[in-house]
Amino acid sequence: MGARNCREPCRRCALPLSRSRFLQGSQDNVIQAFAFYLFATIVIASGALTIVSRNPVHSVLWLILAFFNAAGLMLLIGAEFIAMLLVIVYVGAVAVLFLFVVMMLDIDFAELRAGFTRYLPFGLLIAVVLLCEMIFAVGVWNFADIGPDARMGTIDPDVPNIEAIGRALYDRYLLVFEGAGIVLLVAMVGAIVLTHRERGGVRPQNIGKQIKRRPEDATRNTQPEVGKGVEL
Amino acid sequence: MTMLESLLVVLPEVILTLGATDLLLVAAFSTKPNLGRRVSIYAVLMLIACGLSLLGPAGDGGAVFGGLYNADAFSTFSKILIYASAAIAILMAPRFFDRRGEMRPEYPILILLSALGMGFMVSSGDLMMLYIGLEMQSLAAYVLASFMRQDTRSAEAGLKYFVLGALASGILLYGVSLIYGFTGTTSYEGIGIAMASGMSTGELFGLVFVLAGLAFKISAVPFHMWTPDVYEGAPTPVTAFFATAPKIAAVALAIRVMFDALAPATDAWQQIVIFVALASIALGAVAAIGQSNIKRLLAYSSINNIGFALIGIAAGTQAGVAATLSYMTIYVVMTLGSFLCVLQMRDADGRPVEGIASLAGLSKSQPALAAAFAIFMFSLAGIPPLLGFWGKFLVFDAAVAAGLFPLAVIGIALSVIGAYYYLRIIKTIYFDDAATPYAPANSVVENGLIALTAATVSPLGYLLVPFLALTAGNAAAALF
Repeated sequence: MGARNCREPCRRCALPLSRSRFLQGSQDNVIQAFAFYLFATIVIASGALTIVSRNPVHSVLWLILAFFNAAGLMLLIGAEFIAMLLVIVYVGAVAVLFLFVVMMLDIDFAELRAGFTRYLPFGLLIAVVLLCEMIFAVGVWNFADIGPDARMGTIDPDVPNIEAIGRALYDRYLLVFEGAGIVLLVAMVGAIVLTHRERGGVRPQNIGKQIKRRPEDATRNTQPEVGKGVEL
Repeated sequence: MTMLESLLVVLPEVILTLGATDLLLVAAFSTKPNLGRRVSIYAVLMLIACGLSLLGPAGDGGAVFGGLYNADAFSTFSKILIYASAAIAILMAPRFFDRRGEMRPEYPILILLSALGMGFMVSSGDLMMLYIGLEMQSLAAYVLASFMRQDTRSAEAGLKYFVLGALASGILLYGVSLIYGFTGTTSYEGIGIAMASGMSTGELFGLVFVLAGLAFKISAVPFHMWTPDVYEGAPTPVTAFFATAPKIAAVALAIRVMFDALAPATDAWQQIVIFVALASIALGAVAAIGQSNIKRLLAYSSINNIGFALIGIAAGTQAGVAATLSYMTIYVVMTLGSFLCVLQMRDADGRPVEGIASLAGLSKSQPALAAAFAIFMFSLAGIPPLLGFWGKFLVFDAAVAAGLFPLAVIGIALSVIGAYYYLRIIKTIYFDDAATPYAPANSVVENGLIALTAATVSPLGYLLVPFLALTAGNAAAALF
């Protein structure tokens, strides 16, 4: 599936291509709609369970389920590369990392939650303000002014997904992409600077010294007489 | 344009990237003694090379990488200031850190990486480039703030800076996403075109959030709360760095965003900038009065100075931008000089002293240092024969020319209030009973730098004014 297979690219509505195909067929329509609602329901349900479950390990597992189903949604709109990235990066790396961190850190989650009811009114207030702002921002959103051509790059139906992303990343946005790499390097250097310690009393392996050592340096042959010991 | 030509335009960034990564390898594998000092020297040489590379296409190559990056007179002017202050921040460090055996080679490397991010900031032509540059600069700065990790105050400063900086980045990103959502583009040029046909409420929202994020980075009121704590806790050379290079970069970035991308919305941001400028001047002037720690005092002084620099931006004219650039140049020289003097405040054992009271009687024990201190304080206060006065004059002149009389009048009145605490330091130095004298200042590099900066802000500095006016004017003209 994906952009390549769609014979009639839907420029006007700027919807990703398989969605436009999604509106054409009648058989496909039902199956895709079913898949969409299935994935969407599971994403929302597992997202909610991530927040409410008491055991942090369960939370992470629910999160992984949410990521998987989000990847399914991406497949449905024809963004197969992003779907694979979600699975590989978020499920494969980030979520597993979360799991390890949660299991290794000795955090008393009950204690963390202790202040929950105390801060609830204030948190709710902030949430309501943010919600109002978002509704307001969406309310004033004027689609006609922006226009589909401005909102996203024009879609070439003959260019596959991965190639299009590659062209954007390594051509148009090369400098930003490399810059992001350096930001990660800075973060890594920072972590090492702040935590690395030269510990005394450790015996690091000195490979050069080991290789240079000859049998003559370490052993010697003696022929002690009977009844006498060896002088060391 | 071929790839090679594009790379020549971003040559300073290429030099800094390769240099910083190579020095990292040297730092990791070299076993030579005094590694910190050696790497520092290489880092300074690299910054000089970056400055020289601006003579080539990197100085005026125009827009490259599809408009993500701009090399023009404006970016060149800002970059020279940034590289110079970064180099001085590296030069003043070894003696400070050596006392605790903490002159690790990562210090100059992090400063190089921070300067790299600042180069991206001042050359940005796109909101994405802006964010990457800002984040690179900030991340390195968080680490530098807590560089003396055994020192609780330094660790606290780093943590505070990190948490509040992350919040500011979030606010900025929210604004960026709103602007992108409502205009459909992240390039400054595209945003300018989209806004020219009238500004929607959503764009106004985005603008306010972006300005709030930038105001945090330049520590302008009401986003200044982190400044005194971070400046006090961070090691003194790092504080000197924070007060200079990132400030220039953030001010230059703000100018670029406001005049490149948000030019059609000048009326909208002008009132915000006027408020922020006056609030910064007022708070910087009043809150500094009660301080007893010289680094905290200089933190409030920097908030105060940013307010004056913003007056030039508030004017919204080419002359205003040129005035802001000149002001920032003079501010950087004065601030570096002040911090170099603060570095000399050490007790007999070499421990740094930060209390203002300990300056008492400095005029008797170290007349030269006292004179330099007095010059910087008089200049920061804007007393006429010194160069600090010229900077203030330029920004007020630009504000008056743009018809902002109330802004200029209130600003001048507040600058008189601000003069009080600078003069109080001079009074402590010259007229109070002698306190315990400091250890003698015997570093050739630091004394030389103090003499150089003091000579620049002294009336001799007016010899440089025509040159400064010309280059700042050219830099500002590149944006209009």
